[in-house]
Amino acid sequence: MKIIIQMMSYPFIVRAFIVGILISLCAALLGVSLVLKQYSMIGDGLSHVSYGALSIAVACGIAPLKLSIPVVIVAAFVLLRINENGIMKSDAAIAAISASALAIGVAVTSFTTGMTTDVCSYMFGSILAMSKEDVILSVILAVVVLVLFIFCYNNIFAVTFDESFAKATGIKVSFYNTIISVLTAVTIVLGMQMMGAMLISSLIIFPALSSMRLFKSFKSVMISSGILAVICFCIGIIISYVYSVPAGASIVIVNLCVFVIFFTVQKTTMILKIE
Amino acid sequence: MDNGRCLISCVQAGIGYDNKAILENFNFKVFEGDYICVVGENGSGKSTLIKTILGLIKPVSGQVKLHDTIKNGSVGYLPQQTQIQKHFPASVMEVVLSGFLNSMKKRPIFKAAEKKEALRNLNRMEIVSLRKKCYGELSGGQQQRVLLARALCAAKKILVLDEPVTGLDPAAASALYDILEKLNKEGMTIIMVTHDLENITNRAGKILHISNGNYFYGSVEEYVHSDYSNIFG
Repeated sequence: MKIIIQMMSYPFIVRAFIVGILISLCAALLGVSLVLKQYSMIGDGLSHVSYGALSIAVACGIAPLKLSIPVVIVAAFVLLRINENGIMKSDAAIAAISASALAIGVAVTSFTTGMTTDVCSYMFGSILAMSKEDVILSVILAVVVLVLFIFCYNNIFAVTFDESFAKATGIKVSFYNTIISVLTAVTIVLGMQMMGAMLISSLIIFPALSSMRLFKSFKSVMISSGILAVICFCIGIIISYVYSVPAGASIVIVNLCVFVIFFTVQKTTMILKIE
Repeated sequence: MDNGRCLISCVQAGIGYDNKAILENFNFKVFEGDYICVVGENGSGKSTLIKTILGLIKPVSGQVKLHDTIKNGSVGYLPQQTQIQKHFPASVMEVVLSGFLNSMKKRPIFKAAEKKEALRNLNRMEIVSLRKKCYGELSGGQQQRVLLARALCAAKKILVLDEPVTGLDPAAASALYDILEKLNKEGMTIIMVTHDLENITNRAGKILHISNGNYFYGSVEEYVHSDYSNIFG
């Protein structure tokens, strides 16, 4: 308890807490849909694109978010369209785009500033990076995501479970796919400053994967993912503060531990049932 | 058998994509209470025809008219199962209730009447006991019944099924055919795409066979005596 009070006396940690909790929540909710539609790698791909865009922005002296948010949204569109039109397998497309963006980012940085700490913090994140602007953006993002998931919950379920049926019943499937990819893009750009380009995708994948071990209805998986994401983030950031581990890494490790626990519980209950 | 109302009529229609018709001058009428099997080789345009009937794509030429009672997505559709669904964490009830989405408009919560209707449809499929189970943990035959119950929630008069017995063992397939026959006797119009011609000719009323841009449409008896039936042997 003492530690938490001590942490809260630093304004930058308070900002990191607010942004982190909101981003974890958004990533987890969007993640359930993405993981089930087998788009798990999209987070990874988009974060690399975001890295590329950030390094170009830094090189040109533009505000990082102003360039990276639109670029990542475009990338999210492209990835989705490629999949819908069947031009390329989506995993191949994601791999190609993510490697290219990373390469461009690295090349641009080495031409201009060289590999500074700035670049390193984009790769692995830093809780020092949260500005007031980030706090405002993440509050807006969280409100939009929550409104979408509460009021259009049934449609999101239908689009995730069965696109053909959803289309036939008159649901605007491409509208939902678009809005989910835009929100994912914004979540990743905001989250990667703290989590790092290399680790942000775990916020999307882990809560959903862990929840699916134990929960068997869509609603319970959604709720559990949201709660797990927030808890894991809080534990992770406290560990990061106490042991001076980078926040991104400790959050991912906490998520991994939860996954292992859930997995073990699932397997033991299965064995007990058989006996 | 043509005693009911005409639900779907295609008049000199061109069925296809991007202004290219796979099937031209297509005349096809579906009456209330019909049980129609759609057969044909892969790529012959069966799925395109189904999508046109569902209103997902427009005919390239001519007319495809739906009766007022089945407009606005109230056709019960059973699409082919996808890989994603096989292990999907959703309760059976969640899946079945999603059949009502077309009648919900902007309302975010299901009505009690809809829940009751969903249970009734589960009962018709003889799977009420599974309502709290996880969809991803059911057998293929059970999953197909759940999807059929969902289609019934959307369907008022007509069911469209796209290869419903794919991946089912013969016993589960024949159980599914029994259910469809029962539904048809209760007045449900059925259009089914299938490759399983052997087991269906004694149940279906009419056959639509599409092949290389030509088609045959008529009763099973007419079909058996036509040249088209030889293609499938």
